[in-house]
Amino acid sequence: MTPVLLWLLFQASPTLDLPRVEQNPFTSPDHLALGQKLYNGRCAGCHGLTGDGGKGANLAVPPPPRPRTDLALHRIVRYGIPETEMPATLLAPQEVWQIAAFVRSLGASPPQTTKGDPAKGQQLVLGARGGCLQCHSIALQGGRLGPALTDIGAKRSPGHLRRKLLEPTADITESFRLATVVTQTGRRITGVRLNEDPFSIQLRDFSDTIHSLFKDQLTSLQVERRTTMPSYQTRFTNSEIDDVVAYLLSLRGNLP
Amino acid sequence: MKTLLALLLSTAAGWAQGLTYERIRNPEQEPANWLTYSGNYAGHRHSPLKEINDANVSKLKVAWVYQTNSLQKFETSPIVVDGIMYISEPPSNVAAIDTRTGRPLWRYRRPLPDDLRVCCGQVNRGVALLGDLVYIGTLDAHLLALDARTGAVRWDTIVADYKLGYSITVAPLAVKDKIILGVAGGEYGARGFLDAYDARTGKPSWRFWTVPGPGEPGNETWKGDSWKMGAADTWVTGAFDPATNLIYWGTGNPGPDWNGDVRLGDNLYSDSLIAVDADTGKLQWHFQFTPHDVHDWDATEVPVLVDGEVRGEKRKLLLFPNRNAFYYILDRVTGQFLLGKPYAKQTWAKGLDDRGRPIRVEGTTPTLQGVKVWPSVAGANNWYSPSYSPLTNLFYVAVRDSGSVYYTGEAVYKPGERFDGGGYRAIAGEEEQGFVRAYQPATGNLAWEYKLHSAPWSGVLSTAGNLVFGATNEGQIFALNARTGAPLWRFQATSLLVRSNPIAYAVDGKQYIAMAMGNSLYAFTLD
Repeated sequence: MTPVLLWLLFQASPTLDLPRVEQNPFTSPDHLALGQKLYNGRCAGCHGLTGDGGKGANLAVPPPPRPRTDLALHRIVRYGIPETEMPATLLAPQEVWQIAAFVRSLGASPPQTTKGDPAKGQQLVLGARGGCLQCHSIALQGGRLGPALTDIGAKRSPGHLRRKLLEPTADITESFRLATVVTQTGRRITGVRLNEDPFSIQLRDFSDTIHSLFKDQLTSLQVERRTTMPSYQTRFTNSEIDDVVAYLLSLRGNLP
Repeated sequence: MKTLLALLLSTAAGWAQGLTYERIRNPEQEPANWLTYSGNYAGHRHSPLKEINDANVSKLKVAWVYQTNSLQKFETSPIVVDGIMYISEPPSNVAAIDTRTGRPLWRYRRPLPDDLRVCCGQVNRGVALLGDLVYIGTLDAHLLALDARTGAVRWDTIVADYKLGYSITVAPLAVKDKIILGVAGGEYGARGFLDAYDARTGKPSWRFWTVPGPGEPGNETWKGDSWKMGAADTWVTGAFDPATNLIYWGTGNPGPDWNGDVRLGDNLYSDSLIAVDADTGKLQWHFQFTPHDVHDWDATEVPVLVDGEVRGEKRKLLLFPNRNAFYYILDRVTGQFLLGKPYAKQTWAKGLDDRGRPIRVEGTTPTLQGVKVWPSVAGANNWYSPSYSPLTNLFYVAVRDSGSVYYTGEAVYKPGERFDGGGYRAIAGEEEQGFVRAYQPATGNLAWEYKLHSAPWSGVLSTAGNLVFGATNEGQIFALNARTGAPLWRFQATSLLVRSNPIAYAVDGKQYIAMAMGNSLYAFTLD
């Protein structure tokens, strides 16, 4: 097919995949209400009913962390964020706009504050008592067994961070699950699960080595309902937890 | 050369005659083709081909890959007639593909408006063929007939007004001289129907409303005017039995999905199996699986027709593993309930009474805060296809095992707007389970199961090569031994969920397995 013909073909039938407007055309109270309904069903499971986060990003911050423009927000709601747990949605464009309008309205609520001291928190996180960098990384420092904390403050609410410090096994994500396998040759490998399907599993062990294993070559496979993350309930005092949360909230993706 | 000549002649003959109803009704006489959605009218999704079998399937390789240019879900089930494959592509496009090479012969691209009403993606599950026409239902609720040789539009019939929430995602079914077609729109209060159109002209033949109007039996099962937006849509291809002359079709959820207070009553014929006369569209019988549903458990699974013995009596059966987690067997002549039992975790019913009506568990109705109920909103089964093999006499079903948190919300109907009255969430920390299971068809007893990593979105195909093909959410297609469930072959095709149904065909005497995976259609063959 000639380029001209191809060009004509695409001109003749408008592509549905990209909206042609930059600003959200569906922001009336009615649309907002519909957006909230859609949000409650499809988004609240991860982002919380008030947008204060959970498994998903904290949306109740002005402005929402990633999308600066309405169109960018529309794209994220519609297509998800690759390499994260944020999925694409299959809603109609108008419904995506309605959700986007509601998400924007979440950012209008006053931000949650925390009373901790970030400097003290930093010492706890980086120091031996916290030991956080054994598994987590901040910028280029630290381990890879847990999620990176580099921009955690832009993604998570104070409430969610506090819950994770106190009860890390509640609501753990599919990634970062601890798994132990034994191979037919008797080798035992424990690590964080990177991926799994009916036929294979991929792990990152504590020395940061990645293992790719076929299940028919294993004699046992156990994926635990917990993470390696310890609870800080008894390790830190209440005010120390506040300090750590304050420090984590200050991490917004700024590289050194 | 001789083969080529014979092939050319047969193809030419095929064009002259087109695909006749007689051919579609006797698919066992031409196992190289896949003439209708489920392979045959009985919904078996079984291929008599056996070149690929349990002894050599480990050598199965990709023959070709055909990639679409859409990132929407690719749910098509191909049709193959005399060396040419016809598929739908999202959103409402059609392609004819050379089955030897995977090269497109023509593509039809349907322009669509921007303000479509689709609940769950711009999807389409396949086309139908009859004579020399290819039929597709579109997301803006038209039925099109395309010239099978060129893709040119021969006629275009408006089925419903998409601005009222209607869309078409179902693969049409060609029966005799008619095209049978359903609609989607259950989250928009689009009052459902099943339609028949004259295959040659596109003129409407009959319509059966799945929500009865005033004065019709069943209308009293809807409080007030709630029948007007009662949904019960017909978005998955049904089955047909030439002997009973009945079309068997499943119906969807009542509208609104999760708030039943505005539509008190049983809400006929939502979540039902309807059996209508193929010539007139008159209802012969119905069976409602989930009266007054408040969990969105559409009965839009593929009905499977087999003959078998139930409690010592030979019967014509209809098998229906329902989204509501009960496995049903009905008599397909009379609609009589013969058997029903759970086949996945369910917490909503204490059981079924003698007539198959569920005995509800208190406290499972959605609330404002949400209530945990099994199965999940996507159910124990869904639109993807099961398979029946006459060789093993086993019934293969991809089973989902998970729950949801269901909550209720306001339900104010405005034409063309979402009308679902609530929603659902995943249960935090719950791990969903998935299986391919083989059942004894007439008892629902388990013969074997193959555990998947997650709750599947793909159907299964059985073949005379003693194989069952299926696919995973992790992007693999796999083959199991049809008698034991032992895994024999797999291929990693995509990083996306697979959401489609496999088929088998042959060309030049070589067997292929074809399946849409990710945004590509794959064909596999032996060396």
